[in-house]
Amino acid sequence: MSSVSVKNIVKTYGEVRAVDDVSFEVQKGELFGLIGPDGAGKTSLFRILTTLLLADSGTATVKGLDVVKDYRAIRNKVGYMPGRFSLYQDLTIEENLTFFATVFGTTIAENYDLIKDIYEQIRPFNNRRAGKLSGGMKQKLALCCALIHKPEVLFLDEPTTGVDVVSRKEFWEMLGQLKKQGITMVVSTPYMDEATLCDRIALIQSGKILSIDTPDAIIQNFPKPLFAAKSNHIYELLKDLRKEPGVENCYAFGEYLHLTLRSPEADAMSVMKMAGRHSGEGFEVKMVTPTIEDCFIRLMEKI
Amino acid sequence: MKAIICKGLTKQFGDFKAVDSISFDVEQGEIFGFLGANGAGKTTAMRILCGLSYPTAGEATVAGFDVYRQQEKIKKNIGYMSQKFSLYDNLTLLENIEFYGGVYGVSRADIRTRSRELVSTLGLEKEAGKLVAGLPLGWKQKLAFSVAIFHRPRIVFLDEPTGGVDPVTRRQFWDMIYEAAAAGITVFVTTHYMDEAEYCNRISVMVDGRVEALDTPARLKQQFSTDSMDEVFYQLARGAKRSAD
Repeated sequence: MSSVSVKNIVKTYGEVRAVDDVSFEVQKGELFGLIGPDGAGKTSLFRILTTLLLADSGTATVKGLDVVKDYRAIRNKVGYMPGRFSLYQDLTIEENLTFFATVFGTTIAENYDLIKDIYEQIRPFNNRRAGKLSGGMKQKLALCCALIHKPEVLFLDEPTTGVDVVSRKEFWEMLGQLKKQGITMVVSTPYMDEATLCDRIALIQSGKILSIDTPDAIIQNFPKPLFAAKSNHIYELLKDLRKEPGVENCYAFGEYLHLTLRSPEADAMSVMKMAGRHSGEGFEVKMVTPTIEDCFIRLMEKI
Repeated sequence: MKAIICKGLTKQFGDFKAVDSISFDVEQGEIFGFLGANGAGKTTAMRILCGLSYPTAGEATVAGFDVYRQQEKIKKNIGYMSQKFSLYDNLTLLENIEFYGGVYGVSRADIRTRSRELVSTLGLEKEAGKLVAGLPLGWKQKLAFSVAIFHRPRIVFLDEPTGGVDPVTRRQFWDMIYEAAAAGITVFVTTHYMDEAEYCNRISVMVDGRVEALDTPARLKQQFSTDSMDEVFYQLARGAKRSAD
């Protein structure tokens, strides 16, 4: 049985189809990622799955329980860390944690093992009010509060948005630890580089799923060779290559430009010829393995 | 003339040095990436450079104006845009443009011609009379950037302009940044996307109130013996003692 099952869910707000016929399954113990920009429909999906919002049509179950009929039972089985910090700002770390434990009819002591590693990082500040905590500490407290009743499925809505690289890395390490304890997790993020840290991912844009698979399989399905090129005048190179009829798509990608060519036989030499006036100007071209971001761009542009 | 000059710029709150003696220059027309961990002091430094807050020590000029004595002149000569606040949702596109143009003292005639140009460059003719609230985020951010440089400032400050934006729009946004820089506008930008750090001419990395590194992306990678900006940032920021929003 799947831990989470979503079938043909639709949610509209006025004329906007926020979630447009979305279906997916999450297996027990899986770390499943919803990868997409703001406005993709990620938060609506989370709210539907945590029984906080009703879909217009379609069905969804969590642990075999229906999100509409069995909403009370689901609430005991899931943990939810919303995108916006939503703990009590006026309560201390300890008070917040005790509060959430009590609401779920448990105690901090009872499930201490689960939160131990995370909680001990913020415990020295136990008497500090949540409103006075740093971003990284708030995030850790929110995760502890979402875990305190030992949920079977944990929903994390953009836990790393606006957080710097160091804290993002730490957070994903924490998720890795939780996965070892058998918790099923659904996590959303706009950062494409975090996709590879998930077991399986759904790429989502404007309420529609573009692709669902393991990150490796999505990358392997990239249909054409991908080239990376650079020169000393990278913006000029970008403009020049975009004018070339043989170039299918070309965009900036960090230090390099990434491009695909129309002809399937084209190789790095063809790119070099197209780059023409850039040769000798620090020009370099090589074939590269696509990243999830390359795949997302390609799926978005429906080439 | 340099767009920005900072010498020992400091902002102290009680005994806490939010910005701790930072020094750097930004050239006219340069794309300057201003990076740092959460709580490193970027926002405080940016507020000083935008003429919104006084330093407690050190010197700085922005577009040639002094951050202590000429705050109002600074404000007239810069543009500002952030992810969090950019446009008024309950005004139409054209009303937003008119409002910002008016605040910055652009003449009525100029507002009229330039806004027509702007709307057509962005391909938003059909949406011009609609409320901004209904626009997709990516379009809003592109429009917000255009509005921020509508009065043709010397420098534009962009505070995480592409947060949460899809990868295609994020790149279109950077095309606009390149164009602005090519037209001579200095771009001072913060971001959490390390690939965007690569699009900057030079970047600085702040850690605990200080500028710990400043160079071109290529030279920084060389200095830290790595091929990714992510790793450069990680090596610099992991030792940070401060963290905040």
